Amino acid sequence: MADVVAPVAAVEEKELLPPPELDLRRAVRLGLSNAAAMVLVAATGIVGTFQGRLIIDPFLPLGLLFLYMLSWAFGWLASKPPTTLEGFAPAVTGPRNLAAGALAGGIGGAGIALLLVLMTNFNLRGIFIELSPQLADTLSLGRAVAEQGEVWFVVNIPAVLLIVAVATAAGLVGAGVHFLAVSWRRAIMPGLMWVLIFALFTDIVGQFFGGIGLEFVTDLLFTSPGGPLTVVGAAIVFVAFTALYWYRGGRETTLRQRFDVLPAEKRTRWTIGLAVAIMVILWFMPRVMGPFVSQVLDNAGIFLLMALGLNIVLGYAGLLDLGYVAFFAVGAYSAAILTSPLSPAFSPELTLLAALPFVMVAAAIAGIIVATPVIRMRGDYLAIVTLGFGEIARILLNSAWLSPYFGGAQGITNIPDLQLGPLTFRTPQDYFIPIFLFAVIAAYITLALQKSRWGRAWMAMREDESVAEAMGINIVTAKLSAFVVGAILASFGGALFGSQIGSVFPHSFDIVVSITVLVIIIVGGMGSVPGVTVGALALIALPNLLREFSEYQFLFYGVLLIAMMLVRPEGFIPSKRRAQELHTEELAQDDWLEIYGQAGSSEQVAEGTV
Amino acid sequence: MPMLEINGLTKSFGGLRAINALDINVNEGEIVSVIGPNGAGKTTLFNLATGMDSPDEGGILFEGQDLVGLRPNQILGLGLARTFQNVRLFPAMTVLENVMVGQHARTRSGLLSAIFNTPRHRREEAEIEARAKEVLGFFGSRLVGYRYDQLSMMLSYANRRRLEIARAMATDPRLLLLDEPTAGMNPRETLELTELIGRLRSERGYTIVLIEHDMQVVRNVSDRVVVLDHGVKLTEGSYEEVSTNQDVIEAYLGRPAELGS
Repeated sequence: MADVVAPVAAVEEKELLPPPELDLRRAVRLGLSNAAAMVLVAATGIVGTFQGRLIIDPFLPLGLLFLYMLSWAFGWLASKPPTTLEGFAPAVTGPRNLAAGALAGGIGGAGIALLLVLMTNFNLRGIFIELSPQLADTLSLGRAVAEQGEVWFVVNIPAVLLIVAVATAAGLVGAGVHFLAVSWRRAIMPGLMWVLIFALFTDIVGQFFGGIGLEFVTDLLFTSPGGPLTVVGAAIVFVAFTALYWYRGGRETTLRQRFDVLPAEKRTRWTIGLAVAIMVILWFMPRVMGPFVSQVLDNAGIFLLMALGLNIVLGYAGLLDLGYVAFFAVGAYSAAILTSPLSPAFSPELTLLAALPFVMVAAAIAGIIVATPVIRMRGDYLAIVTLGFGEIARILLNSAWLSPYFGGAQGITNIPDLQLGPLTFRTPQDYFIPIFLFAVIAAYITLALQKSRWGRAWMAMREDESVAEAMGINIVTAKLSAFVVGAILASFGGALFGSQIGSVFPHSFDIVVSITVLVIIIVGGMGSVPGVTVGALALIALPNLLREFSEYQFLFYGVLLIAMMLVRPEGFIPSKRRAQELHTEELAQDDWLEIYGQAGSSEQVAEGTV
Repeated sequence: MPMLEINGLTKSFGGLRAINALDINVNEGEIVSVIGPNGAGKTTLFNLATGMDSPDEGGILFEGQDLVGLRPNQILGLGLARTFQNVRLFPAMTVLENVMVGQHARTRSGLLSAIFNTPRHRREEAEIEARAKEVLGFFGSRLVGYRYDQLSMMLSYANRRRLEIARAMATDPRLLLLDEPTAGMNPRETLELTELIGRLRSERGYTIVLIEHDMQVVRNVSDRVVVLDHGVKLTEGSYEEVSTNQDVIEAYLGRPAELGS
């Protein structure tokens, strides 16, 4: 080992170059992005909508907080010290960082000030309907807008100065984060995050404490059940969580890193333990959380079923299916026809459980119908054709021609509740149980197939279709089977969806559902079951829980998607291989170090890798 | 009867005759090198033989069975596997998985047995894995141990070529088509691979056809050399015969100036 250490020591002795200066032009550019983002948030009406919600009673409304959090975030980004490169001394934070943060934040504020001036002088509402006088009042931070009329152009100077000052301050606070010692940063930031979580999800937090018999905590923290946090409440939450993270944190390694170095068997045991723990918590969740949260979780679970199915079609087999909602519709409608007494043409009135095998067969047939014409298609062509299939399914269900069978736009109603022997599932809380069980089964199937002969065949097909075929994989069977498995999983979701809602209508199955499922697996992490689960919870459950957000759901999806593509293209919780695939250069380096450590001498290294 | 019998094979791409009325026979247990300048039609020949492209005319018989019109996976099932000139592994799959895919055509487990994790499925999975490891062991210590779980894209170039051969070996072929197996390797690795090709025949019993530009390799491994130029067979015979053939020298080096036109 001695000869390995020697060169490292030699490197340390070498004179280190001073770190590169923080780029202030970059700060200006980020400031302009910040201005654009802030104006967008104001002009789309997000600020106005969110303003109605108090975060901390009596002074912090969500609208302005959201607006100036952008300045904070851009200030943080602009003042972030550059990564230490080899041969350079580590960067030291100084006044330049503060300047960068202030610049990025202040320019954003200038953007909002400009918007305010324009709003007060010209009528922009013809185009941007959300730029209302109330919004002007909000944006000017309560500084009354000057009288219009005599002067041809009014600039509300106190308001402009105040806006720029607040935005600059927010940028400075963002920059200030870099001045905190790592251990402090790791405690304070989560502390603030939890305050925000408590404030945003007041009903759920209230219900949670109520559900576990600790109502007094709710009374202590919030002005009223479901109301905003009190100042004292916010302080308590902040101190409690900061202390918790302070105690737990300050460690060099994250939990994930410590997990990764465990031996394989221990890792498996921990993974299983964690999965069981999560399942147990989820199992009791609806009982604690009440009907509203349960309904949201049910929705998320149904989308999770679809996402797991699409994960097989797209994540494993690499077939971009943009009409995936068709399979969901087939599941919902076949179950509705078989169980509802009001099914127009054919109504055997089976129980859902008895209907399930037929639903699976119907889904499998649908999978084959979609897959057959696209067997020899790849990439874009496949996406377009499947997109067509998705729309065809919806239009057929909606058509007058097939309305004697599917009920046309009136759909099929009176779908009975799910019955299992003596148990009847009626409320959202009840439905959570079967949805949860199906999701677990789907997750298990996904994981089992991943390590199987066909799982490998799908992945090989995804990687290189012609080579996969030349290596003995029957492409026809592989594509058909991927579509069939995906279709069956989605059809479970559809059957439960129809049964829970009690009716199915064609308009529930439009393209937006396909796109949402696609976004879930991209954001969550393609090919990864935990990732897809987190994606479904984050994209379906969160916007539904935050009523203010649900109006802008798709805007946030778009922003999230772009941000993810830029920062973390592999998704929240990627499968390990996908993370490696998308960060090859970094890994290649680690790889080199690993070999270096193992081989012991540079000669052997050369032999092993060249 | 020869193991591989190619008769009057013709393939055009637009106006270009890539392969023109080609006849080649390969006997069981032989190592045959196909050489020729760039664009001679060597890789097209492999594509036609493995079903990745279909011929315009002519026949390809493998152990008496006509390959024309079969899908690539069916041809592989008969025992004819190949590697690619521009290494085509499954990049985001691990080394072990790449080789395990090779056994797809030799195993039967279906989706249901995987979902229910039947004893038969478990046994087959264990066999596939053991067999994949055995095949990787053929390359010494280069592709074993911690390499199993590395993505194939992380491998060095030479190791990718080795892995490609391993993947082809895992399909249990009787005839192995190697497309420029030593391209991009340094002299020592080339030497090592030359020896390995010999072992593929002596230890594994494969019949081998290889496309190769390195004449050292061709001389050291081939029983017979076939020279292609513009889709036509110029000549064939032992390395010595071929290397002194005037047509071959011209095809490679061009006609001497004084004999021109």
